Amino acid sequence: MAEIIGGLTASHVPAIGAAIDNGKTLEPYWQPVFAGFEFAKQYVSDLKPDVLILVYNDHASAFSLELIPTFALGCAAEFQPADEGWGPRPVPKVIGEPELAAHLAQALILEEFDLTIVNQMDVDHGLTVPLSLVFGQPARWPVKVIPLAVNVVQYPPPLGRRCLNLGRAIGRAVASYPLDLKVMIWGTGGMSHQLQGLRAGLINREFDLRFMDLLENDPDAAAAISHVDYLRESGSEGIELVMWLVMRGALAPKVREVRRFYHVPASSTAVGHLILENAGP
Amino acid sequence: MALKPELMREPQSYDDIPGTTVFDAERSRQGYHLNQFCMSLMKAENRAAFRADEAGYLKMWPMTEAQRQAVLKRNWNGLIALGGNIYFLAKLFSTDGLSFQHVAALMTGASQEAYAKMMLEGGRSPDGNRYTWERQTRG
Repeated sequence: MAEIIGGLTASHVPAIGAAIDNGKTLEPYWQPVFAGFEFAKQYVSDLKPDVLILVYNDHASAFSLELIPTFALGCAAEFQPADEGWGPRPVPKVIGEPELAAHLAQALILEEFDLTIVNQMDVDHGLTVPLSLVFGQPARWPVKVIPLAVNVVQYPPPLGRRCLNLGRAIGRAVASYPLDLKVMIWGTGGMSHQLQGLRAGLINREFDLRFMDLLENDPDAAAAISHVDYLRESGSEGIELVMWLVMRGALAPKVREVRRFYHVPASSTAVGHLILENAGP
Repeated sequence: MALKPELMREPQSYDDIPGTTVFDAERSRQGYHLNQFCMSLMKAENRAAFRADEAGYLKMWPMTEAQRQAVLKRNWNGLIALGGNIYFLAKLFSTDGLSFQHVAALMTGASQEAYAKMMLEGGRSPDGNRYTWERQTRG
C-alpha cells in the first residue's frame, strides 16, 4: 500500500533559483536562506521518498490566460523546465509518476474534486525551486514528482477550506493505491509577500508565524482564513499560502513539527519552511 | 447611456486595501491581450523580434493604445492599472533584464537602495497599510 510519510513546505522565489543557478548560495545575502534548508537536505535524503506530490502554482508559464485551471494534476511521464522569459533553469527534467497520478485523478474526481488532468506541461520555478532547495544540483532528481498546480494568479484562488479538504482526499487516495510507495507531499509558495503596487514589499512576520502554528495544530482554523484577510495581512501574493493547506490535509489529524525555518527576505518574500510528520488521529 | 467599463466595476471586499490591485476576473478580461502579449515573450525568437521593433511588435496585439504606450514607457503601475498581471509583466521586465525586486522598487517609487534596505530590515510593515483610510490619516 502506498503511504504518505510526511509533509514539507517551502517558499518558491525565482531569485532563489537564480542564486543557485549562478553559484551565489554562499554570498552573505543568500547564505542564511540556504543554511535554513540544510536540515531538509539530510532529512529527505534519509527518508528516501519514492514520489512527491508537489503542490505549487504556475506563474503564467504553462498556463496563460487562455486556460486557467483551478487545480491541475500533472499526469505526464515527464515535465520540462519552463522558459519563463530568461531561458529555462539549468535543472534536470522532472520525472512523473503517471500510474499513481492516474489513480489520484480517478479517486479525486469521484470524491467531487473535479481536477483538470494535464498530460503536457512545462514546470516553472514554483515547482523547481523547492526541488533545488532540498536536492541541490543533481544530474537527475532523486525522486518522481506528481505536480499539482493550483491557480493563485487570477483571483480568486480556491478557498483554504477547499484546499484542506482536497489534501484530505489526496491522503485517502494515496492510502487506497495498491503498490508500496513512500509518498511525501510538499506545499509551496508564500509566505507573506506583495510584488506589485505601492504596497510592494509588505511582510507580516506575526501573521506568518501564526499561520504555521495554526496549520500544524488547528488546520480547520487555518482553513477558515478568508481570502481578503490573506490579501490584507500577507500581501497580494501571500494568498499562495492556501497551497500549504493541501499539504496539511494529506497528513494525519495530529502532526509533529520536525523543522521550522523562517527568514526575511528573499527578494520581496518571507521564506517559510516546515517539515511535518504524522503523529496520530 | 452606457457607463465606461471602469465605472462598471462591482465593489469588492478588497477595494479598501491600499496600494494593491487584485487581479480578478474583471481585470483579467481588461488585460487579456496585454498579458497575452507578455506571454509571447517567453520565446527567445519573440523577445528578439520585440527588441528589434517594439512598436511594430505591439501592433500585432489588439490591445488598447493606452496599454501599448504603457508598455513602451515601461510604466509598471500604469500596466497594472490597465489589467496587467505581475507574473505576465515579469516576461516583459525579464526581457529587459530586470528582476522582480527591481520592478517592485520602481512601483513603490523608492530608490533601489531604499527598497533593498527596507526588505533587509524586515520588509514593509502591515501596520498602517491594511486599509486605505489608515494611509490617508497618516498623510
